Amino acid sequence: MSGLPTNYLTPTGREEAWRFTPLKRLNGLHDAATSVLDRISIELVGSVRAGFNIETVASADLPPKSKTEDVIIQRVRATASKITHLKIHKEAVVSEPIFLKRSAGAEKEFSRTVVTAGAHSKATVVVENEGAGTIGEEIEIHLEVGANLTFISLQEWNENAIHLGRHHAIVGRDATFNSITITVGGSLVRLLPTVEYSDQGGSAELLGLYFATDGQHLEHRVRVEHGIPNGKSRVTFKGILAGAQARTVWIGDVFIRGNAEGTDTYELNKNLLLTDGARADSVPNLEIETGQIVGAGHSSTTGRFDDEQLFYLMSRGIPMSEARRLVIRGFFGEIVSKIEIERVQERLMNRIDSQLAKVGE
Amino acid sequence: MPQLVVKGLQVGVETESGLTEILRGVDLTINSGEVHAIMGPNGSGKSTLAYSIAGHPKYTITGGSVTLDGVDVLEMSVDERAKAGLFLAMQYPVEVPGVSVANFLRTAATALRGEAPKVRTWVGEVKDAMSKLAMDPAFSERSVNEGFSGGEKKRHEILQMELLKPKIAILDETDSGLDVDALRIVSEGVNRVKQEQNLGIMLITHYTRILRYIKPDFVHVFAGGKIVEEGGPELAERLEEKGYAQYVKA
Repeated sequence: MSGLPTNYLTPTGREEAWRFTPLKRLNGLHDAATSVLDRISIELVGSVRAGFNIETVASADLPPKSKTEDVIIQRVRATASKITHLKIHKEAVVSEPIFLKRSAGAEKEFSRTVVTAGAHSKATVVVENEGAGTIGEEIEIHLEVGANLTFISLQEWNENAIHLGRHHAIVGRDATFNSITITVGGSLVRLLPTVEYSDQGGSAELLGLYFATDGQHLEHRVRVEHGIPNGKSRVTFKGILAGAQARTVWIGDVFIRGNAEGTDTYELNKNLLLTDGARADSVPNLEIETGQIVGAGHSSTTGRFDDEQLFYLMSRGIPMSEARRLVIRGFFGEIVSKIEIERVQERLMNRIDSQLAKVGE
Repeated sequence: MPQLVVKGLQVGVETESGLTEILRGVDLTINSGEVHAIMGPNGSGKSTLAYSIAGHPKYTITGGSVTLDGVDVLEMSVDERAKAGLFLAMQYPVEVPGVSVANFLRTAATALRGEAPKVRTWVGEVKDAMSKLAMDPAFSERSVNEGFSGGEKKRHEILQMELLKPKIAILDETDSGLDVDALRIVSEGVNRVKQEQNLGIMLITHYTRILRYIKPDFVHVFAGGKIVEEGGPELAERLEEKGYAQYVKA
């Protein structure tokens, strides 16, 4: 256990960043007085192959390159003495996905990870979060010039897990960052999928899918910081809620700074409520400080089943229950199908199916 | 022989000021193999007639009856109407994101036939029907109606009609938004299904253009929520010349 410095403020819930989060359910993880274990929780699945390596280094040797206002992440940074560094080599093309598995222990714990995608490399990294745990973690992802990285984070936790995390990409010149965030498990998950650009011509696509059933609080706070000219970003997050106490929060902060001319951005959040009493908050926020942009837009919809969709399907002889199933699976499938790993797709759809079966869909 | 009988049909829609009457007593009988053109100005209630027969929840039936082969259609759920042999080709087909055309068609065929079609014959059947409608095979991997052009949506409607083999089809402004080539392909599709399956057709249109490709046996002029004049194909020609002005109250 590390004694924590006392200069971190404990969120009270009145802060804008914390006003949606039920702090009581964090098991004290947010509390500056709580001791939290400094533990590396990520490990490579299988063995190292050509094109990348993974090592444990002193945190001080690889300090964070990004700023964060999130007090939990600040504590993660202060606590982690050693970090995991996954390095994809310059110009390497790693054809098979690299799987990283997170195994949390019984204690509350913090961990820091850095992924470096070398210049002109191409790879897919999958982080699998399963089982139980109370964890705060940060993954900082550095994309060097021309790198192409697909980053998939899967939150398939069990029903007790508490997970606070920041997955931050720094997109270099002409680099391409594709991320897919899937959150179907956990008691309380609060993720910060965030992006900034370190040079021109970078492109980021952030896809996300969350499915909250009764009692789950799933929160995603997306932030894209266009502080460099000619960057592109696309954000698409979809959510389904089922169960009276199902709760989701989606924040989409996109900033286009005064010098970020030629920015092209669009963000979209769609929520489908299957039952009464579920609550989805959706807050897109686009701030534009220059008119010299290619495009900027946002869209947010939260609603129940589309009667027109159901009517259309039923008018072709498909019974109501089957029509609902098609619409729901289609809603999920749009994002899940972007994961080009068949066994992961199947595993997720199976999990979604079994959760849907529990709520009678 | 399949027969759709609409008798004294009255339909309203809920609005802020209460139930507003749209259909004011529609009488119409369609036998299989017949083409009935329903023509009328915008807002006359033509689409309401189509959607009421198909069972859209937005409409409230306030009087009259609809039967197919003597069986009460209005008592059926939307999917039961399709199973009974009714098909509605919609003017604005609905997008269903994430559901592929292939999956949709197969699910519908399974529901209507009571068992899943055999994979081998089904794939051939779909391919064949698509090629007749000059549709790219890659089409079946796309999400239902998502990003389809106007012409693609209408072809997709007729494709469904061809595969699902209804007894009576209602085509709601299938001609709207189609260029001449697409209109010809879609019309040929309709004629083919009519001939092969002795389909009865209610062809709702604002314009006479489509009637050059799909020959009506009967023409009904629709205005103010009911049929105001009936005749043979010559009536359509007269409408072409004189328009609907004489049927619309000043």
